[in-house]
Amino acid sequence: MIEGVSIQEIMAVSVILFFIGVYGFLTRRNLISILISLDLLLNAVALNMAAINRYLHPDNFQGHFFAVFIIAVAAAEVAVAIAIIVDLYRLIHSVDVEEVDKLKY
Amino acid sequence: MDWQKLILMRDELSLTVLLLLLLVLEIAMDSRRKHQLPTIALALFALHTALGFLPLASGHLFGGMFHTTPMLQLMKSILNIGLLLVLLQAHAYVRSEWVGRERITEFYFLLFSSLLGAYFMISAGDFLMFYLGLELASLPVAALAAYELSRQRSAEAGIKLVLSAALASGVLLLGISFLYATGGSMYFEDLQKGLSPNVLSVLGFLFFFSGLSFKISLVPFHFWTADVYEGAPISVTSYLSVVSKGAAVFVLGILLVQLFPLYADIWREILVVIAILTMTLGNLFALRQTNMKRFLAFSSIAQAGFILLGLLAGDSRGMTAVLYFVLIYAFSNLAAFGVVQAIALHTGKETMSEYEGLYRSNPRLSLVMLLAMFSLAGVPPVAGFFGKFFLFMSAAGAGYYGLVLVAVINVVISLYYYLLVIRAMFLRKSEQPIAHFVSDLPMRISLVLCVAGILFLGLYSPVYEWVLGLVL
Repeated sequence: MIEGVSIQEIMAVSVILFFIGVYGFLTRRNLISILISLDLLLNAVALNMAAINRYLHPDNFQGHFFAVFIIAVAAAEVAVAIAIIVDLYRLIHSVDVEEVDKLKY
Repeated sequence: MDWQKLILMRDELSLTVLLLLLLVLEIAMDSRRKHQLPTIALALFALHTALGFLPLASGHLFGGMFHTTPMLQLMKSILNIGLLLVLLQAHAYVRSEWVGRERITEFYFLLFSSLLGAYFMISAGDFLMFYLGLELASLPVAALAAYELSRQRSAEAGIKLVLSAALASGVLLLGISFLYATGGSMYFEDLQKGLSPNVLSVLGFLFFFSGLSFKISLVPFHFWTADVYEGAPISVTSYLSVVSKGAAVFVLGILLVQLFPLYADIWREILVVIAILTMTLGNLFALRQTNMKRFLAFSSIAQAGFILLGLLAGDSRGMTAVLYFVLIYAFSNLAAFGVVQAIALHTGKETMSEYEGLYRSNPRLSLVMLLAMFSLAGVPPVAGFFGKFFLFMSAAGAGYYGLVLVAVINVVISLYYYLLVIRAMFLRKSEQPIAHFVSDLPMRISLVLCVAGILFLGLYSPVYEWVLGLVL
C-alpha cells in the first residue's frame, strides 16, 4: 500500500489508462501502434487487479496471480499478432491499416 | 491429492494425449508419408469423440477451479461433433497442393488446442481458468485464419481476428477486475455469495458481458465477423461459426445463471434488446450479401440472436432448448459450409450468382444445400424448425411474448434470403454452370452425416428427452 494514495485514485488511473488504450486502438493507423495500445489497456487491467488485491482483499493473492497471467497471455497474444503482421508485410510491404482493405462491407 | 479424481478431466486429458501424439508423429513420420496424417488425426479424433459419450460422474478438482457435470459433458460432446464434421470437410483441403505438406500437422494441432481451450472455458470454476481457456480457444484460431500465408485476405482475417479478440478480452478483464473488487474472490462459488448489485459490480458485469458478446458476435460487437469469415479458409470459418460460437454461448448460459442471478433483472433487459438488434441487423445485412461466406457469416449472426431467446428464461428448459438448438445448428450450418467448401475446392467459385444452375450439374450437392437452408430458416419438417420452436417456447414460457413476435417476423425475413440461394441453384439457368464433379470420400461422409442429423434430430424425440435429462 502506498501512503496517502487511495484505491479510488489508483483505479481512476488504471481506468484512464485503459481508455487511452481503447482510444489508441480505434484511432491509430499503424498496426504496430495498435498493438502497443492493446498492451497499454491490458497492463492497465493488470495494475487494477494488483491494486484491488492489495487494498481491498489483502487476505488472498488471487488478484496478483491474475495480473501475472494477464502479462503472460498478453505476450502470447502479441507473438501471434506480430507473426501475422510480418506475413502481411511480406505480402503488401506495409503495416498501415488503410492498405489492409481487401475485405470490406 | 487423490489421483483417481483426475478421471473427471477425462476429455481434457484425452485431447492432450492426442495433441502430444500429433507432435510425436510430426517428428517421427517420414515426410513422404505426411499425406496420411489427416486420416490418422481424423481417426484419433473420432475415437476421442466416441469416448466423450461415455458417462462420467460430476465433481470438481483443484480446489474448485475445474468442475464437471453431465450437462458440461454434453456441451463438450456437441463441440466434438462439430469439430469432427469440420475435420471431415477439411480433409481434402489440407492435402491440397498449395497448402504445403510440411504444414499439415500445424492445422490439426491448432484446431485441437483451440478445442481444449473451449473445454477449459466450459468447465472453469473460477475466472483465472475461464480466462486462460478463453485465450487458448481464441488465439490458435487467429493463427489458423492466417493459415494461407500467400494470400492477403487470409492474413487480413488473421490480424482482424487477433486484434478484436485481444480488445474483447481486455474489456472482459476490466469487468472481471471490478467484479473481483466487489466480490472479493475469483472463484465463482465464493464470488456469487460476495457480489451485491452496486454500481461498480454492475459496471463490471456490463464490461464482462460485452467482452463475451464479442466472441459470440452479438450485434453491437459483430464488426469483425463478416471480414474474418470471408478471409479465413472455409474450414476455419466453419469452426468459428459452430464450435467457437457454440462454446461462447454455452459459457454465457452457464455464467448468467450460476454467477449473476442477482443481476437477473439487468441482464434480462439487456438480452431482450441485444436479441432484437442481433436478429434484425444480422438478417438485414444478410439480405444484400453476394459472397456465400459473408452470407453465411451474417446468417450465423442472426442465428446467435435466436439463441439468446433460450438464455432469457434462465431455467433448465431454456438451457435444454439452447443445447438442442446448437446441436441442430451445427449440423445445418456445417452442411451449408460443406457444400460451399466442396464447390470452392473444385472450382474456386464463392459467389451466389455462380451457383446458378447447380441443380442441373450437381443435383445431390444442391439437395444438401436445400435441406441446410430449410433447416437454418426453420421450415417445419426438418430439424431447424424444432430447434427454433423450443427456443421460442422457452421465451414465451418466461412471458416474453413481444420478443417472440419479433423473432417470428425475423424468421420470415430470413426465409426470404435463404430462398434466394435455393432459387439460384434450382430455378436460374446459367451460361456457364459449375461443371459436374465428385468430391472426396470424407466430404461425402460429412454431408451424409449432416443430412441425417437435419432429417432425424427433429423427428426423433428421444434426442430432446435425452438432452433434457442431462441438463436437469
